[in-house]
Amino acid sequence: MSTEKLKAASARRSQKKERLTFHLMLLPGMIVLLIFVFVPLLGSVMAFQDYKVGLGFFRSPWVGLENFRIIFTFRDSVQVFWNTLIIAFGKLVLNAIVPVLFSILLNELGGKIFKRAFQTIVYLPHFLSWVVLATVVTNMFSLDGPINAFLGLFGVDGIQFLADNRWFRTVIIGTDVWKEFGYNSVIYLAALLSIDPGLYEAASIDGASRFKQILHITLPSLMPTVVLMVALSLGNILNAGFDQVFNLYNPIVYETGDIIDTYVYRIGMVERQYSIGAAVGLFKSIISFVLILGSNRLAKKLTGSGIF
Amino acid sequence: MVKKVTVGTKICQALIWLVVILMTLSCLLPLVNMVAISLSSSNAVASNQVGLLPVEPTVSTYQKLLNDTQFWASFWISVQRVVLGLIINMFFVITMAYPLSKSRLRFPAREVYIKIVIFAMLFSGGIIPLFMVVSQLKMINTIWALVLPSAVPVFNVILMVNFFKGVPVSLDEAASIDGASPLTILIKIYLPVSLPALATVALFSIVYHWNDYFSGLLYMNKATLYPLPTYIQQLTVDITQVTDAEQLKQLATMSNRAFNATKIVVSTIPLLLIYPFLQKYFVSGIVIGAVKE
Repeated sequence: MSTEKLKAASARRSQKKERLTFHLMLLPGMIVLLIFVFVPLLGSVMAFQDYKVGLGFFRSPWVGLENFRIIFTFRDSVQVFWNTLIIAFGKLVLNAIVPVLFSILLNELGGKIFKRAFQTIVYLPHFLSWVVLATVVTNMFSLDGPINAFLGLFGVDGIQFLADNRWFRTVIIGTDVWKEFGYNSVIYLAALLSIDPGLYEAASIDGASRFKQILHITLPSLMPTVVLMVALSLGNILNAGFDQVFNLYNPIVYETGDIIDTYVYRIGMVERQYSIGAAVGLFKSIISFVLILGSNRLAKKLTGSGIF
Repeated sequence: MVKKVTVGTKICQALIWLVVILMTLSCLLPLVNMVAISLSSSNAVASNQVGLLPVEPTVSTYQKLLNDTQFWASFWISVQRVVLGLIINMFFVITMAYPLSKSRLRFPAREVYIKIVIFAMLFSGGIIPLFMVVSQLKMINTIWALVLPSAVPVFNVILMVNFFKGVPVSLDEAASIDGASPLTILIKIYLPVSLPALATVALFSIVYHWNDYFSGLLYMNKATLYPLPTYIQQLTVDITQVTDAEQLKQLATMSNRAFNATKIVVSTIPLLLIYPFLQKYFVSGIVIGAVKE
């Protein structure tokens, strides 16, 4: 055998060995995903059963689409579906606009130290949990809290923001934007840094005002990023924010504030109607999955990039 | 080039400063208020006098907290959970991201694996079947229920895959020809050059495990086993049992608000301690994450 052949054989052997190592490295992770993602997915069959804890998945009676029929005849579930869409849509729109505005304004400021200090502060709420922030928000919006005190200056009577169906969704959307605008602005600030400074120089030589420069240079340069982010978040339109709503709502505002995820939790885990809860959950998962694939395709079509 | 500074642009500049400062303060002041409440007397808190500075300053709630055994038991559970969860998360992120970052030619099965991982990121069976699985595995009321269901942080795996892809292949090939095994290459070459990305992923994992209250609520059915966020969440849970506006008003003015604020502040301190590191790394983390797979 020639030395070349020997070399090739040993290269093949080492390639085989390498691939085997790769498979072995992936094995533990795949087992975890199998147990905690794919088995529960199979467990979703309980949505088509009248699941009884004592009987388990295998012996609980099959009921076909009965659970889904029950869901769609509940007046509640239609309301919950709308609440989810309204809250998620409001968040989607404002979580795009406010961070873009903030990053543009911040970019206009001179003074590196101030900018850095501002950034440090506005990123912080993102890393605090809704458990902590729910208390903060409750303090701010309580009847004798600062927001009502401020409105009082203009002669507005006290408003129970968190116990008033006319206000609850607004507070949910507003406080989410408040928590996330700093974090969401990171990606826009990065995009702003990549704009060619020559464009601004040329524009100011031509006599364009700062405002005109923002309108005709900054905004158009940010647009691809904005479109990408919005297109991607369309896939999340059924996620109205479980943690936030769960920690801020109460039975008074179920009418406007109850969303799919909180509904599933109450029906399934609190009232222990496992099958109905699983059916709602499955319904949501399927629609979300389709939406995410769709929004990713949309993002790719519009901007040439997606998340996967 | 001399810039013309008109009165108009000056006013504009001032307005921009004003808006940015107001937005920044909106993030800061509510948190300052929480600290002030924790340092005020419960009377002052109950009569709603506390703004940004403590009224009738006292550390009595902090002294009281020192003797609150359940708080510290929960604190300890959270510390254990963060350590265990971090180790487990890092193990899976590294062992999964490395093979997945290889080219299709070198590791053809990668294409199948990556599809499985992305599917797992996008589709979930929902909390109820997951709860059934965890309970079938007899993990209810054990720390494993807090760390194993989230053992593979899929998003972070993808982030790490993208980072590993940026490591020059030539380094890898040179070592390979010298007869180094894939594991040696991973440990000796990939990990040392990936420290910033590893730090990002580690910090995300710490924040997740420190903040997550829901696993505790779902899988622990004894309050003594709650991790800290679940314990804190239960302090304010009364609000969900309220059925009329009058009750809500009463709850809001309850005198243990100062004590609850103290618990919240102390539970947040560990996060504030790692926040400087977080801030240093997460921006690059987001940028890596934005690179498409």
